[in-house]
Amino acid sequence: MRLTPIDIGSFWLPRQTSTLAPEVDAGFHVVYWLSVGFFVLVVGAMAYFAVRYRRRREGEKTSSIDHSTALEIVWTTIPALMLLGLFAMGLKGYASAAVAPAEALEIQVTAEKWLWTFTYPNGTTTVNELGVPKDRPVRLVMSSKDIVHSFFVPEFRIKQDLVPGAYTTTWFQATEAKDVAVLCAEYCGTGHSDMGAKIIVMDEPVYKDWLEKGGGASDLPPAELGKKLFTQRSCATCHSLDGSRIQGPSLKGLIGRSEDLEGGASVKVDENYIRESILNPGAKIVRGYPAAMPTFQGLLKDREIDALIAYLKSVN
Amino acid sequence: MEQHIHPEPKAFIWKYVFSIDHKVIAKQFLWTGLMFLALGGTLAMMIRWQWAYPKTAVPVVGALFLSHTGGAITPPTYTSIFTMHGLIMIFWAITPILIGAFGNFCIPLMIGARDMAFPKLNMYSYWMFFASSVLVILSFTSQLGAASAGWTTYPPLSTNVGAPGWGQTYMALAIFATGVSTIMGGINYIVTVIRYRAPGMTWFRLPLTIWGMWLTAILNVLFVPVLGSAALLLSLDRLAGTHFFVAGAAVGIQGGDPMLFQHLFWIFGHPEVYILILPVWGIVGDILSFFSRKPAFWYKGSVFAMIAVTVLSAVVYGHHMYQTGMAPLLGLGFEMLTLAISVPAVVLFVNWLNTIWKGSLRLEVPMLFALGMVFVFGAGGLTGLLLGTISTDIYLHDTMYVVGHFHLTMAAASFLGSFSALYFWFPKMYGKQMDQNLGKVHFWGSVVFITLVFGGQLVAGYSGQHRRLFEPYQYTYIRHLAPLNRWTSFAAFALGATQLIFVVNFIKSILMGKKAEQNPWHVSTLEWTHCASPPIYHNFDIVPTVVRGAHEYADPAVKKKFGRDYLDQVEPGLSAVDEDSSAGMPEPEAIGAE
Repeated sequence: MRLTPIDIGSFWLPRQTSTLAPEVDAGFHVVYWLSVGFFVLVVGAMAYFAVRYRRRREGEKTSSIDHSTALEIVWTTIPALMLLGLFAMGLKGYASAAVAPAEALEIQVTAEKWLWTFTYPNGTTTVNELGVPKDRPVRLVMSSKDIVHSFFVPEFRIKQDLVPGAYTTTWFQATEAKDVAVLCAEYCGTGHSDMGAKIIVMDEPVYKDWLEKGGGASDLPPAELGKKLFTQRSCATCHSLDGSRIQGPSLKGLIGRSEDLEGGASVKVDENYIRESILNPGAKIVRGYPAAMPTFQGLLKDREIDALIAYLKSVN
Repeated sequence: MEQHIHPEPKAFIWKYVFSIDHKVIAKQFLWTGLMFLALGGTLAMMIRWQWAYPKTAVPVVGALFLSHTGGAITPPTYTSIFTMHGLIMIFWAITPILIGAFGNFCIPLMIGARDMAFPKLNMYSYWMFFASSVLVILSFTSQLGAASAGWTTYPPLSTNVGAPGWGQTYMALAIFATGVSTIMGGINYIVTVIRYRAPGMTWFRLPLTIWGMWLTAILNVLFVPVLGSAALLLSLDRLAGTHFFVAGAAVGIQGGDPMLFQHLFWIFGHPEVYILILPVWGIVGDILSFFSRKPAFWYKGSVFAMIAVTVLSAVVYGHHMYQTGMAPLLGLGFEMLTLAISVPAVVLFVNWLNTIWKGSLRLEVPMLFALGMVFVFGAGGLTGLLLGTISTDIYLHDTMYVVGHFHLTMAAASFLGSFSALYFWFPKMYGKQMDQNLGKVHFWGSVVFITLVFGGQLVAGYSGQHRRLFEPYQYTYIRHLAPLNRWTSFAAFALGATQLIFVVNFIKSILMGKKAEQNPWHVSTLEWTHCASPPIYHNFDIVPTVVRGAHEYADPAVKKKFGRDYLDQVEPGLSAVDEDSSAGMPEPEAIGAE
């Protein structure tokens, strides 16, 4: 992040990788340049008047005009007509965004502090990784377990809140086989900034294969898989490895250390305590920390839990 | 209305502390508001520091308040900082300065009244506000940190599910308390304008400032109670274990509805935007006319535009909730209304441009700030079009673009408008002149850096950076925005530093400013033409009888006869026959005053 005086980069809308994106952007361009044009016009007029009619000497004659019906009708009608145009455009874009094609593939999305869970029609569940086929409409049926979150995919130009106690939906059709960033757009507390996910857009056969293997099964050695999962499954959002406090206790030097628990007891950390804390986090809460961790029951396979333990041992 | 002259209190406590004099209460609101402006501004600097130099020690402030982390901002502290910045700026800085201070100071003086309709209620209003300020400070001292659920305080995040501890509870109660204060003030403003206008001060002779304040007071009285109820229900959820706004796993099937809060919040929250801008529109409308030495162009058009905005303000709020899963048809209805509200805004804007056209512009400090307000409001208003149009809002919602947009309208326009008012009425308030050169430096610094700060946010926003991120650059697709953010932060620091010039000027002028004349700007409204600087305790020995509007400039015949270019609102004018037939005759509703 070295800063040079002229290095301010280039700024424009992110890449378009869904069928909706070009349509949204077309509307964006129209309104954007219309606004820029009007801004130059009115602010230019103001600046011109301020300079042109600034007082040059005491007692200048000023115009006593205070009314002009013709002008007033013109500048009330023209903006009103233009706004009707904007409305029609917004209507068209909104209709495309709101209604998913009937043949869309349906995936369930659940948000909670601070991770995303995706459930596919065959029962496969993935965390923070959503695999989808390219060129096929995908409809997301979404809900939140705790507070309001929002599913935002900048490159797809879609955004939809997830509300506890209700379902909301959105849809997209990806046009490029690549990884696409997902962010939580509704502020959801201290971990909000880190509540990201990844959409992996794949060609249809690759997607089929991926889904059959249970969504991104890996043949990495345990400690390396554990390292990958530690960020991917949001462990790192709350647990540091360098001793600093984030949400939960730091995992530095974890194995073998003794933790004081809420309620007065203490526990010596071993493989079983880590496994219990992942699957049933409320069982033994370290003193001074909120019982905020969600359970990963059903979200991590045994092999993945083994991998995480192996990783934690390797950084001990 | 009969207006008694009350004896002026002599004891310090009744004269300066528990005063019922609207001019003293105005100063109390002004000072409290300015202190909170400094506090809210410092919090803003900390946010900008985090985006420029993430996770590094904050200079000065960090050493004082964040010593436990070596001065760096952590995620929990960060969430408290931006939450408190938003709440403080809106409810404890702009509201008291703009409405508390200038509403109180200007309304009686400009309509020719001796005080507010309910002077004691006015005093209670300030002290209720003071009590709410104490709760704000208490929130900072809470063990689990100050409020951290964002200024919108959406549940369930703002309930114990997401934000345990007293910090959030204190703020929920503080919002309720300041709401009560605002309602007391609002009732007072409404009644005072209806009942205490001087004889002859008909509705269409009111200065635009008064129209702005009056319409704002109406919105306050209608919609702050909605916010108050929401804050109270939220407090019950936090303290008494109710589930008005909690749903999902935390409460099982017994849940309430988190969306209900969002509706309550925004049915207040959108009018709030206009609450904070209507007084500014009025003030700027007057000042542009006064300093151009021209009548306010299409005065009635401006008045009806402000009324139209007031009426429409409550039925556009749904545009804050396009993404919450509302029925698409409802979304379209809100889109239509949202776009419609820009028509009256256009009318106002064009009226301002026409007012300065062919004038003789005195580019003194109040006028500069008024022109600056027109500039930032132009930018703020036009950037709203992309947000009102649903299809583009889906992408831009909750990005930095929204942050830039509402700061241009609510923060920058309200802020420049408030300073325009402060430089304009300061001689009347304190009987002293402010330093015009320091004022000009303050203006140019403010307007240039405001443009850079909020302009930078707009650009970062449509490039995809979304708001309230502690660490934005972990997302690769916005990593290239880091230098832009850093430059924006530099502009913000410069904007903060510029305000120190104002502090120096303000204090210096109060202590040793040159004595002000009664009417230093040579303008036509009652507070300048018929009150001393500063005004006497009961404002007017004899309540004047008004014969014309507030914008009588540029008549060559007046110039010939009086040797000046304006007529005040009271003097007879050229001759009786030159006035229109109704002028000089009190309207029926005003008969009986004095």
